[in-house]
Amino acid sequence: MEYFIELFFSGLTRGSIYALIALGYTMVYGIIGLINFAHGEIYMIGAFTSFVVATVLSIYGFPLLSIIVLAGLAAAVWSASYGYTIEKIAYRPLRQAPRLSALISAIGMSIFLQNYVLLAQSSDFQPFPELIPDFDFMEPYAHFVGSSDVVILFTTALAMAGLTLLIKFSRMGKAMRATAQDRTMAMLVGIDVNRVISLTFVIGSALAAIGGMLIASHIGQINFFIGFIAGIKAFTAAVLGGIGSIPGAVLGGFVLGLTESFATGYVSSDYEDVFAFSLLVLILIFKPAGLLGREEAEKV
Amino acid sequence: MFSFEQLKKSLLVSLWFAFLTFPLLVIKVDPIERTVLWRWENMAFVAIGSFLISLLVHVFYKQQERRRVRRAAGGIVESEPLIQVILKEPKYLYPMSIAVLLCSLVFPHLFSTYQTNILITALMYVMLGLGLNIVVGLAGLLDLGYVAFYAVGAYSYALLNYHFDVSFWIALPIGALLAAMFGVLLGFPVLRLRGDYLAIVTLGFGEIIRLILENWNEFSQGPSGISNISRPGFFGMELSLDSAILYLYYIMIAMVVFTIFVVNRLQDSRIGRAWVALREDEIACQAMGIDKRKTKLTAFALGATWAGMVGVIFAAKTTFINPASFTFLESAIILCIVVLGGMGSIFGVIVGALVLILLPEYLRALSDYRMLAFGAVLVTMMIFRPQGVVANIRRSYQFKPKPESEGR
Repeated sequence: MEYFIELFFSGLTRGSIYALIALGYTMVYGIIGLINFAHGEIYMIGAFTSFVVATVLSIYGFPLLSIIVLAGLAAAVWSASYGYTIEKIAYRPLRQAPRLSALISAIGMSIFLQNYVLLAQSSDFQPFPELIPDFDFMEPYAHFVGSSDVVILFTTALAMAGLTLLIKFSRMGKAMRATAQDRTMAMLVGIDVNRVISLTFVIGSALAAIGGMLIASHIGQINFFIGFIAGIKAFTAAVLGGIGSIPGAVLGGFVLGLTESFATGYVSSDYEDVFAFSLLVLILIFKPAGLLGREEAEKV
Repeated sequence: MFSFEQLKKSLLVSLWFAFLTFPLLVIKVDPIERTVLWRWENMAFVAIGSFLISLLVHVFYKQQERRRVRRAAGGIVESEPLIQVILKEPKYLYPMSIAVLLCSLVFPHLFSTYQTNILITALMYVMLGLGLNIVVGLAGLLDLGYVAFYAVGAYSYALLNYHFDVSFWIALPIGALLAAMFGVLLGFPVLRLRGDYLAIVTLGFGEIIRLILENWNEFSQGPSGISNISRPGFFGMELSLDSAILYLYYIMIAMVVFTIFVVNRLQDSRIGRAWVALREDEIACQAMGIDKRKTKLTAFALGATWAGMVGVIFAAKTTFINPASFTFLESAIILCIVVLGGMGSIFGVIVGALVLILLPEYLRALSDYRMLAFGAVLVTMMIFRPQGVVANIRRSYQFKPKPESEGR
């Protein structure tokens, strides 16, 4: 039973990270209908930025709390800037082009960013400083749920609540929903669509960066390659929940995280990624609209 | 030359990129020694580089604008690029191809074995590119897991050779057939999917194959791979290393010629036209009575067949394979060849493969930057020249009025 609970919590932790990244995919897809292949790389850049900042600050002897805040802030700011720039350079000129062109451009961007980090930093695994301390009050439960799990779950919940509020109640959120429904119509009623799209990339990237920092400090090491696998898995989560749907991305993230956790716990840990990929293939084949997505009739 | 406004804009761009690359390019930390290295010179490079690129892009757009204005005024007549003229006229094309073929036949006698080896690799990518061209270029199905079929071919020869001592020439058709079967296997479930979903599923499929090869130790010997695969024998004779490479080179030349012939014939065949129609508009294509299912499946199967054959040759060339040769990056490189060369154009794909494989080979110093350049090239090509270096010219028929009243 304890093993089950341990797996359950580790699944929830994974799932919440997938959900954070999947939100970026789903928001971008909902608005411009593009699979932002470089999103996994943004997550990786967020993790690397927080790694660099946190290590520098800890070398110069800053207190732990300020390190956490500053590293998280830096990760979010820089990742958001990367997201903004990528959209402007690689996607905006192709908005009227065939889908295939935009997708290939996204793949190119992903390869570029991966190798940029590889050349700028290093190809080895880097030890990530431990940012989340072990809380005393968690002591009695420590054998099946760690302090960092709790922090990750809490932060994810907070970020998601914030996002929901933003989209439901703010002016910009309204504009985003309008653009997602019908871009041309939104333009006609005076919404600055370009700004909305940029903002979507900025928000999605910042969320991915927070996820990157949390999971990197949880696992304790990072590498330039982490974005690829995480990106595909988060995409799986987004598709699982129904791409374009925000609650769907969260649900998909948790389902995928739990599936993976139980599968590796009870079946075999060698095939961890195979489970995720098989799940993706199966969903796309049998229920392409996802769990919460709407089936859309194709217009001719 | 440049307006003040433009200079200001470029300056802002360069400042923005300096800010963007600051944490990753400038700071380098060593978490174990606990030292920080500040590399300010990188920031200067980025700033100057992005400033110049921004100006260049500006010049490019201005030129395009000017050309558009002139064209609207009817000032210039579009002249066909030289390469298209050569490709279109059999009068030029046939002697040229024969000359290239002759050059490639004498190549190994003029250059070292090392050079020949490199060229074999390049020719392998030509074949892979042409195979993927069927799927992506002609049928318009973005396949990101093409390397899976390549792996199937390589492993089928390696395992058959390891367990049953099967020779290269028997394994070649078996590998091709197995790959084609996997192509259909993948094709069946993804028939209903649209472009970008298809891309992700094929990517997932490619990764699944690689992960299985990596983890199923009893079957594929895991990450350590299979070694001592025999090279192709010449009518049962064992060849020395040099002549084996020479032999393989000629096999490769023959295979490439065969591939070009087949793909060229396919393009103009009934099925080839069905692929193009499918690429352009699925619904219209179905309305014309083309069986979508059959057409897509043949595209997958035929594309996979070439990958399977190259896989067998790859295993025979290196005599050692392991799953690390079949990563997503490999798929991306092959895709890059097709896109860079010009989707759907045979000549373009050949040029793309030779450039992308030979250039990094000879510019060893730059090999670190190879993948970086790949990514940048993909993005730039899509923005500025989506049709590739050698665009595929659609065959068009012109109806000329008959000279004077030959009946009506």
